[in-house]
Amino acid sequence: MALDDRKSGFTFVGTRPNRPDGLDKVTGRAKFGADISAPGMLFGAVLRSPHAHARIVKIDASKAEAHKDVKAVVTRADFADVLFKPGLEGEFWNVLENVMAGEKALYDGHAVAAIAATSALAARDALKLIEVEYEVLPHVTDVDKAMATDAPVIREGAADYSVPEGMHPNVVRYHDSGHGDVEAGFAEADLVIEDSFVTEATHQGYIEPHACLAMLGNDGKGELWCTTQGHWIAQKTCAALLGIETSQLRVTASEIGGGFGGKTTVFIEPVALALSRKANRPVKLVMTRSEVFRATGPTSSASMDIKIGMKKDGTITAAQGVFRLQGGAFPGAPGDMTAMCAFAPYNLTNVKQIGYDVMANRPKQAAYRAPGAPMGAFAVESVIDELCKKLDLDPVDVRLKNAAHEGTKASYGPRYERIGLVETLVAAKAHPHYSAPLKPGQGRGISCGFWFNHGGETSVSLALSEDGSAQLMVGTPDIGGSRASMALMAAEVLGIPYENIRVTIADTATLGYNDVSHGSRVTYASGLATIKAAKHAVEKLSERAAAKWGIPVDAVKWEDGCAVPSGPNAGDFDPMPLADITADMGSTGGPISGHFEATPEGAGVSFGTHIVDAEVDPETGKTSVTRYTVIQDAGKAIHPTYVEGQYQGGAAQGIGWALNEEYIYGDDGRLQNSIFLDYRIPVASDLPMIDTVIVEVPNPGHPFGVRGVGETGIVPPLAAIANAVSHAAGVRMRQLPMSPPRILAALKDNG
Amino acid sequence: MVEVHLWSGLRSLTGGQQVIEVQAKTTGDLLKELVRAHPQLQGPIDAGVSIAIDGRVIATGLTEPIPEGSEVYLMQRLRGG
Amino acid sequence: MSKFHVSTTVNGDTVEYLCDPRETLLDCLRDKLNLTGAKEGCGTGDCGACSVTVDGRLVCSCLMLGVEADGKQIETVEGIAEGDVLHPLQQKFIEHAALQCGICTPGILVAAKSLLEKNPNPTEEETRYWLAGNLCRCTGYDKIIRAVMETAAELREAS
Repeated sequence: MALDDRKSGFTFVGTRPNRPDGLDKVTGRAKFGADISAPGMLFGAVLRSPHAHARIVKIDASKAEAHKDVKAVVTRADFADVLFKPGLEGEFWNVLENVMAGEKALYDGHAVAAIAATSALAARDALKLIEVEYEVLPHVTDVDKAMATDAPVIREGAADYSVPEGMHPNVVRYHDSGHGDVEAGFAEADLVIEDSFVTEATHQGYIEPHACLAMLGNDGKGELWCTTQGHWIAQKTCAALLGIETSQLRVTASEIGGGFGGKTTVFIEPVALALSRKANRPVKLVMTRSEVFRATGPTSSASMDIKIGMKKDGTITAAQGVFRLQGGAFPGAPGDMTAMCAFAPYNLTNVKQIGYDVMANRPKQAAYRAPGAPMGAFAVESVIDELCKKLDLDPVDVRLKNAAHEGTKASYGPRYERIGLVETLVAAKAHPHYSAPLKPGQGRGISCGFWFNHGGETSVSLALSEDGSAQLMVGTPDIGGSRASMALMAAEVLGIPYENIRVTIADTATLGYNDVSHGSRVTYASGLATIKAAKHAVEKLSERAAAKWGIPVDAVKWEDGCAVPSGPNAGDFDPMPLADITADMGSTGGPISGHFEATPEGAGVSFGTHIVDAEVDPETGKTSVTRYTVIQDAGKAIHPTYVEGQYQGGAAQGIGWALNEEYIYGDDGRLQNSIFLDYRIPVASDLPMIDTVIVEVPNPGHPFGVRGVGETGIVPPLAAIANAVSHAAGVRMRQLPMSPPRILAALKDNG
Repeated sequence: MVEVHLWSGLRSLTGGQQVIEVQAKTTGDLLKELVRAHPQLQGPIDAGVSIAIDGRVIATGLTEPIPEGSEVYLMQRLRGG
Repeated sequence: MSKFHVSTTVNGDTVEYLCDPRETLLDCLRDKLNLTGAKEGCGTGDCGACSVTVDGRLVCSCLMLGVEADGKQIETVEGIAEGDVLHPLQQKFIEHAALQCGICTPGILVAAKSLLEKNPNPTEEETRYWLAGNLCRCTGYDKIIRAVMETAAELREAS
């Protein structure tokens, strides 16, 4: 892909206009997942397993089916699993098994049946009429226990080629990478620290529960409205699970009330479609908050061992990590990603990393902002901090000394292209926060973080109107202001005002395939596609102008929204504005549109450095974050305010993960804190203002230099806060979250 | 010829080799040739791989050109949130 | 179960609906009156996405029954703007990018407006504590707090 564009001198890019959908979102007009209804609509409800692990002996739905308000009951028998390969292969099978249990309920909250009834209350009431006979089985929810020889087996034969012989069947994937000789490296070190760390599962905690409205007729044609990060993946998955053709299901993405990776797959959507097909009426299905916690996709929990050797001058001589990630009752925990990201900020001669993907009786993990990276960074950056402390070295200097840069061989293998880690560290060192005095009882922590970023399949279409305005259709749901970024990039290329561009998130029937809004890919990939689509339109505009002037098209250039004669014809004609060309486009060759479809492969990796001050109350164990600064490389910030927003949001979620948030399972394997009262995410009074520094080291893989910014911001906070808390409390914290009881216990152990 | 660096976990499938030389001009060719040389690599490739060419990570594309002399790493398929 | 007839005032309009005694005010606003601006984020009064005012008092509409609204004055996000003129808070939220996904925005606007009516000159701490009942997962609250404080300052200057 030609990536030959200017990287500076922008007119629109880098400005901060109001978002195009602002009015809808401040007036309550914007339609989110649950804000829709249809004539004749039924309401769905899902019956869920109260057991962590149980054989489903019998489901008797006859009483429910006989109830006058109930129009359909579905169980696993209503899904098209006959189409799947027998056995355990394929992600579709896993998704099906997750959205509706087959022979076994695999976790507390696993769906076993669903009802459609004439009202939401009727549906909820009728669930009680379904009788399920369970044979309760032994369960396991802890990652280390799930790997032990006596652990109950979640599913035989789920392990893939990578797992070494002799491991428990719950270990389903294994990753091993690195380079050099770590033993030789440790021998060279003046100090080697080896330590172990644990993090609990957290939830993305998007405020909007999953919601959808489904209609599927017996002609195999369907309509689905849902809140999702990717409606094409919803289309593909639902069609496969329902046994219909992909193209016969049209999926429209509602406005999305947060996702953070948690809305990259389907949960209730196939169930609503199955209910609709059976009842032959539209079915609306909305999760309760408790269902969101129990039965969507939280993160993995992790158990990690880190060993790092350092010389007295701060040079890291060797680094080794073992990362065990529990991902629920299905393969998919990102142990490989944790391993590959953990040491990625550093230029290491000797590094070895091992990752395990372990199943347990918990919901199937889903992505959450840089999935797998934050926990690894917590463990690694904690050990680096301890080394700095013991060797009396400045933590920023040590990181600068070991920082990866262009040409460094990454811990995961290849050499880096142009990257911006050093720039973030230099900015951290220079930031007033880093040199500000601390009050007694406060501690300061820093951490670096890395994430790969992603490109993915992308289609964009841009259509010009006769009056010279433009409609831009993109296929990546707008989670955090991406309509504004798209319009800015299109305006930059077309040279027409930002306000003259209307950006629409197209449905699956009106645009080609688009990968999910994930992997920090939207501004990168949909942005690149928007630029290319706008250029495609500019080519056509230039052709029309050339024809009008009677000069060759290569003698026309596009400047500030006008065709301009150039070369030997320079000055022969007045510049021709875009609107003068579109005004009669119907009679000069037809409508003018631009398209772009590709899988951009130059996302560009991303680094950040965070500085945090924390204060620990020794009486209560409560931690207050008193100051926070995020420094991250954006490549090029298209709309800087929304880039800041991503940095601040990532930091806030990281603060929650570090200090409060965790999945708490009882001995019975049931989730004990499935509401926001008990699963406490940060509220306004918990947080300080979050300062941001946008570093711009252009990504060579994007025409304007963009790197994704959505995910990296959640990688450093866990470690940065743990380091700050450890300094403030005077004791190393090795387990997240650092909730008050854990801090009190650590203080007590420390005497 | 292209030297393909594997991640160390794959050595058990290639008789201990971590660097494999294949003749390939695109990412798709490269995967085919890897499997031809070491059929057991089909498993990890089916499970999902990405290919880094001189540090640029090709997540899924099979048509990306591989310039002569470039540094090529096979990586596990990247996923995002 | 028989339903109750409720007559109430929402954003100045007289409205009526029939509701089951188990249905919340939020259910009634959304499903019976088609006022979907108030959102259900939790159903347990923890997230504030359903914030409305009832006779001038800020409440979570998911914690109040529909039948209890009889004879009351209810204000929702749909009533904040005056015609096509946005309330200064709404305008400032757009300008400051004080929303990312926007699901918490209706509740936060209702709560913030209620704050400024009670306290036109809130400190940052007062603003943070007043809005502590409204969860936002996208922004880290920074831009929200700034937008509210700046609106308060401008409203003070204007009055």
